[in-house]
Amino acid sequence: MNGILIVEQSLNGLQFGLMLFLLAAGLTLVFGIMDMINLAHGSLYMIGAYLIATIAAASNSFWLGLLAGVAGTALIGLVLEVTVLRRLYQRDHLAQVLGTFAILLMSNETVRMIWGSQPIPLSPPLALAGPIELLPGLSYPAYRLLIIGVGLFVALLLYVLVTRTRFGMHVRAGAANREMALSMGVNVQRLFTAVFAFGAALCAIAGGMLGPLLAVQVGMGESILILAFVVIVIGGIGSIRGALIGALLVGLVDTGGRMLIPMLFGYLMSPDTAASAGPAVASILIYLLMAGVLFCKPQGLFPARG
Amino acid sequence: MTRIASGAHLVARPIEAERAAERVGGLLDHSLLSRASLPLLVLLAALPAVAGAFNETFYVGVASRILIFALAATSLNLILGFGGMVSFGHAAFVGIGAYAVGILMNAGVATAWIAWPVAMLASALFALLIGAVSLRTKGVYFIMITLAFAQMLYYLMVSLKAYGGEDGLSLSARSSLGLGLDLGSEATFYYVVLLLVMATIVVVQRLLNARFGHALQAIRENEARMAAIGFPVYRHKLIAFTVAGAMAGLAGALLANQSGFVSPALLQWSQSGMLMIMVILGGVGQLYGGVAGAVVFLLLEEVLAARTIHWQFGLGAALLAVVLLAPNGLMGLRRKRGAQ
Amino acid sequence: MSAVLLHVDGLVKRFGGLTATDHVHIEVRTGEVHALIGPNGAGKTTLIHQISGAIAPDKGRIRFDGVDVTELPIHRRVLFGLARSYQITSVFKRLSVLDNVALAVQACDGRGRRFWRAASAERARYDEAAGVAERVGLGGRLGHVAGLLAHGEQRQLEVGLALATRPKLVLLDEPMAGMGPDESERMVALLQSLRGAATLLLVEHDMNAVFRLADRVSTLVSGKVIACGTSDEIRNHPEVKRAYLGDEAEEAAA
Repeated sequence: MNGILIVEQSLNGLQFGLMLFLLAAGLTLVFGIMDMINLAHGSLYMIGAYLIATIAAASNSFWLGLLAGVAGTALIGLVLEVTVLRRLYQRDHLAQVLGTFAILLMSNETVRMIWGSQPIPLSPPLALAGPIELLPGLSYPAYRLLIIGVGLFVALLLYVLVTRTRFGMHVRAGAANREMALSMGVNVQRLFTAVFAFGAALCAIAGGMLGPLLAVQVGMGESILILAFVVIVIGGIGSIRGALIGALLVGLVDTGGRMLIPMLFGYLMSPDTAASAGPAVASILIYLLMAGVLFCKPQGLFPARG
Repeated sequence: MTRIASGAHLVARPIEAERAAERVGGLLDHSLLSRASLPLLVLLAALPAVAGAFNETFYVGVASRILIFALAATSLNLILGFGGMVSFGHAAFVGIGAYAVGILMNAGVATAWIAWPVAMLASALFALLIGAVSLRTKGVYFIMITLAFAQMLYYLMVSLKAYGGEDGLSLSARSSLGLGLDLGSEATFYYVVLLLVMATIVVVQRLLNARFGHALQAIRENEARMAAIGFPVYRHKLIAFTVAGAMAGLAGALLANQSGFVSPALLQWSQSGMLMIMVILGGVGQLYGGVAGAVVFLLLEEVLAARTIHWQFGLGAALLAVVLLAPNGLMGLRRKRGAQ
Repeated sequence: MSAVLLHVDGLVKRFGGLTATDHVHIEVRTGEVHALIGPNGAGKTTLIHQISGAIAPDKGRIRFDGVDVTELPIHRRVLFGLARSYQITSVFKRLSVLDNVALAVQACDGRGRRFWRAASAERARYDEAAGVAERVGLGGRLGHVAGLLAHGEQRQLEVGLALATRPKLVLLDEPMAGMGPDESERMVALLQSLRGAATLLLVEHDMNAVFRLADRVSTLVSGKVIACGTSDEIRNHPEVKRAYLGDEAEEAAA
């Protein structure tokens, strides 16, 4: 095992974890404050990626695409909340599952109608297309470093927003005790809409940043949605700090596991068994992580509700 | 030790007692709705003949598939709708049943009389083990733990190259039933499926209206209070979970026969999600909720897919309409229409 | 002197730094009405939770009817005859009053799990349930949905659910919570009518009701039992007065 490999994989895990955090933050806020299970969250991630890719290609500027795409997705999120999702807040979780699943289907199909079934390209900014030498012998793609940078920046922004602003105070109050927040005069409707739109923007950032690495295609939201749910369960529902820690844990464990487990199995068993068992065990690692966390802390690591 | 006198001694006046008997059951009892279901059953029984007359036997296979999912959805409704246990890993039990049949078939055991009970037993066993652990948790954590277990089983089947891995297994033929019946004939297979679905509905109905079912539904209503009046809640839930698992296994066995193919995709979380959607659509906690949901969902899929390539949009729109307009699912609309 | 039905021996429960139950020792005799009083925060509900089985104590034993029930889960204690009613009403809101009580009867009916025969056809069980409902004053409300009952009637149903399990001892956690004077009177009459049929351990704030009903009173302050005796003894007990009136005297002086 290589020291360089470890650093590389750790950076990959950090990068993936930070992007997961962007998705999980929005999801945990919506679940924690509005008590709503939102299966369409992954759709916002997908829509964000598509918008960013399209605008970036049209304007030949990744940054313009990112900016405009994020704004566009936030707007779409806002419209979605005001028109449909608002009606689901009062309903039970199962109704929310059905309703948001319906939106998921319609989003997928709408995207397919506009952009077709084939993945569309999203290229990283030219200036960052190549590797950077971090240490002698350690080259790391500049773009991935950007992702880490963006992720950390957004995390910091969120920290300031949640702990230092009035909006953040309302959000924390709402997550801890909705009725109390209501009785303290928080304009709940506007708060909910703002939280939702904000969550949509975060999804779009993640979609745009990960787009060049993973494919921008219909259905990209579903696979990452499951991971986001695992993250917020590990982190504790309603807690942004939990979403961050959970996301980093999941990102590192998943990335690390996929490298280590097959290697480990290669030492311990025959190449055939290792080849088939390795990836399988690596895939279930995050579920084992989740089960382990829940065993010790049944409400997740940092439950927002007392 | 003095015990409180039995209520019978303290007598309700006779009139009260009679009125009492009429009012019993309420939310806890479920009717087979024979006035509507029997005619529908006749129609369903006539389907192969009608299809044959129009030379469209393909639709008999479609109908079989829909009925099999109706069975799977009903098994989920048992724990989700009636027991209040939102399991996000139910497709795993369907998949296990399917694999049991597929593996036995490839090992030379083709008779349904062994393969199908084995499928049910295998699924029941996994349900017992998974339930024993998962039912210690509640709420969203229960949902995620059941999901986690299902995902583990999914990845397990993907990694087992001996059983086809990601590509899955093909079945050389359908299970053999003997008795002069050939399940290879679509019509025969359809009738067997229809019979099994009918039997399952009757079993579920009897179960729900019996003491066990009353207790299960009451646990859904107020679990803490049930423990406080003396019910072993965990035991009830585990029994229900295991029975539902067995039923799902039967659905899996039939599915393997219907498609002639088993693959890990059957155990994916998206399949569990689809089953949940069917139950919610049809009506959580309604006897025919699973059936109604599966039928409407899959029929919509078929009908829309034939008319437009963008059928998923129509399906989504239809589901959204149901959520907003029919708060208790499709079967829940029945109460509104029935006046009273 | 009748036998001891419930024996709470040296019970201790700590939550972090707070000792909610501090070596509590209580004896409830068969057939008596035993009240548990104490100022807010004394730990009465925590104690009730431990006796019923909702919380496990850190130390100490609980003996009920000769059996050590300390390790038993809630539902097993009910089968031994230890039932409980809740301070915050917890009934089956969507079911009728009769169905509510019939469920409670079913639990202790001891005929095992039935999977096939229709439960609603069990006339004897529903008759017994109707009888219990009548006993708690809900005879005319059998078909009413529990969630739609008036608050006082829901509290009556609370007691009814506990009674339907054919208990030897009923833990009543503030049965008169949230009741006006008329409803309280009805509840006091109901509880008085249960004398002899079951032993009662009653947690209540309504002192009037406590002194009218109770044979003996235990006073809990800061997790400790500071006094136990008859109503008169407790009414005149200096430490009890200090615990309750001490605050009032300070307020009066301020």
